[in-house]
Amino acid sequence: MTGKDEAELSGLFRAAIAGDERAYADFLHRIAALIRGFVRRKIVQGGVDPEDVVQETLLAIHVKRHTWREDAPVLPWVYAIARFKLIDAFRRRGRRIEVEIDEIAETFAEPEAETVSDRDINRALDGLPPAQRSVVSSISVDGHSIGETAVKLGISETAVRVSLHRGLAAIAKRFGRQ
Amino acid sequence: MRTEDLIKALDADAQDKAMPLGKAWWLAVGVAVVIAGAVFFATIGPRPDIMPAMHTMRFMSKFVFTLVLAASAFALIRALSVPGASTRRRMAWMLAAPLLVALAVILELFVVPEADWGKRLIGSNMMICMSFIPLIGIGPLAVFLGMLRYGAPTRPVLAGAVAGLLAGGLAATFYAAHCFDDSPLFVATWYTIAIAFLTLLGAIGGRLFVRW
Repeated sequence: MTGKDEAELSGLFRAAIAGDERAYADFLHRIAALIRGFVRRKIVQGGVDPEDVVQETLLAIHVKRHTWREDAPVLPWVYAIARFKLIDAFRRRGRRIEVEIDEIAETFAEPEAETVSDRDINRALDGLPPAQRSVVSSISVDGHSIGETAVKLGISETAVRVSLHRGLAAIAKRFGRQ
Repeated sequence: MRTEDLIKALDADAQDKAMPLGKAWWLAVGVAVVIAGAVFFATIGPRPDIMPAMHTMRFMSKFVFTLVLAASAFALIRALSVPGASTRRRMAWMLAAPLLVALAVILELFVVPEADWGKRLIGSNMMICMSFIPLIGIGPLAVFLGMLRYGAPTRPVLAGAVAGLLAGGLAATFYAAHCFDDSPLFVATWYTIAIAFLTLLGAIGGRLFVRW
């Protein structure tokens, strides 16, 4: 993590908030890799799957992106959310974790690749109303576009967008409540 | 679902726009002032001699205390609702209102003969003060807790308590226009108890409702 990263990521996020989907995808991929490194370093005793925390953090970043001030650096904002979600993940499992806010540990968070296993998010997805669940999984797991999903399910693109938005918000909320 | 897949879904939802939090806070304060004002004017309203009262130091000092409290709490709660925002300086500003009150109390103790201290402290309105500040402030508190849910406070209990202080500062500003007890001795005691109640309520609300 360098000042250059910060400037690039802030720039991408600003473009994303203005509606640039390619910038947003790029931003999310890079942020996911950074959070993965951060979370894996913090979870030393096990008990919590790092990738679950990565996914929860990404969802929180998404549904709370209006809280970022566009003139502020983005990485402290991202790491504060990751830290909050990490503590929350331990709390939900009846454990406590001390996560100190040391800038140094974050500085060494290197991008890392994902490992595959059963996910909390699948359970959250299964809890959605059928209409939302089919839209969210069509776009995520099956990798269809909004247009393709609309054709496949026989509904309008607007309906797809609404279901997607509500479905993601519901999953994020479920994580917060668990 | 792999993280890759999740990113696809988030990306497809990129077009959705929510009001920036900073702007939403100003809107919330506007709504809260309207609610507090409506409750105030519908119930107790300003005291009849408010015009002459405005020429006295003691009367006007009440607004200094309550507005300083509200302004410092507003600055702090906005920072507390953003992850990673620095709050240390804004926390320090929260001392301003208590310090001003403490200073006024000391001055009052010098100016007023000891025999009158008890009378000034008890005043004539303390039950009204302790019930109407929470009553005027409860609506604004609900608005501010709603705003905390819209935001992303990483310390929900603290943020909830500050929401209570903000609601309390706002409610006390209205209430001060009604109250005949202008002595800092009265304000330091009963206003503080009433505002502390809203603060406690806010902290509980933060604990129970502000999850994200």
